Amino acid sequence: MKVKYFAWVRERIGKSEETIEPPANVRTIDDLIGWLAQRGETYAHAFETPRVIRAAIDHAHVKPDAAIAGAREIAFFPPMTGG
Amino acid sequence: MTANATIRIQEADFDIAREIAALTQGRTDIGAVVSFSGICRGSEDGETIAALTLEHYPGMAEAEIARHADTAMSRWPLTGLSVIHRVGRITAGENIVLVLTASQHRQAAFQAAEFLMDYLKANAPFWKREEGAAGTAWVDARGHDDAAAARWTKS
Repeated sequence: MKVKYFAWVRERIGKSEETIEPPANVRTIDDLIGWLAQRGETYAHAFETPRVIRAAIDHAHVKPDAAIAGAREIAFFPPMTGG
Repeated sequence: MTANATIRIQEADFDIAREIAALTQGRTDIGAVVSFSGICRGSEDGETIAALTLEHYPGMAEAEIARHADTAMSRWPLTGLSVIHRVGRITAGENIVLVLTASQHRQAAFQAAEFLMDYLKANAPFWKREEGAAGTAWVDARGHDDAAAARWTKS
């Protein structure tokens, strides 16, 4: 699946998108945040406070317990500040 | 007549008068147009702000605005709706966002414009970075924006 990062999540990780293949036991957004956070220092920094991270699956907002099975594109970003 | 929403995300500035004219031209079913424009402030809590840089999530930003436009049109009898959100670097005093709502009577247009702005601020995937005297920093989300959006879900 493709993952995208925005704003300071993108800056901390140092990339705007990548393709990942998480193991089968990574089932939810929360699981995926935990898995990503262990990929290195930059990821650990980006995901150090999981409760502030917002997520979207295929362009729709989702909650941390949302299942990621079948997702084409998952995005992680800080709370939005548009308008 | 059912409204078709105009939704644009663009780097270029917009001309409010031209956008209102585009919405109302040739129409006789519009009795009210409400215009909200968000403008880049030159200071925040006493700190000078030279500019903002707006980042967005292409694809999702358009989808979120369209979803909220649909909700607004189902909730109020609107005869026209435009949302334009700028991205990229925006200097103090420049336009950031425009919401136009048209209706036969003013109340629907006022309420729908406020609803849309509250929802866009809390849910549309855009992020602001400020350029101040001390450097640049991502703008923190404000709790009162979430509260402003949440009040529309109360019946």
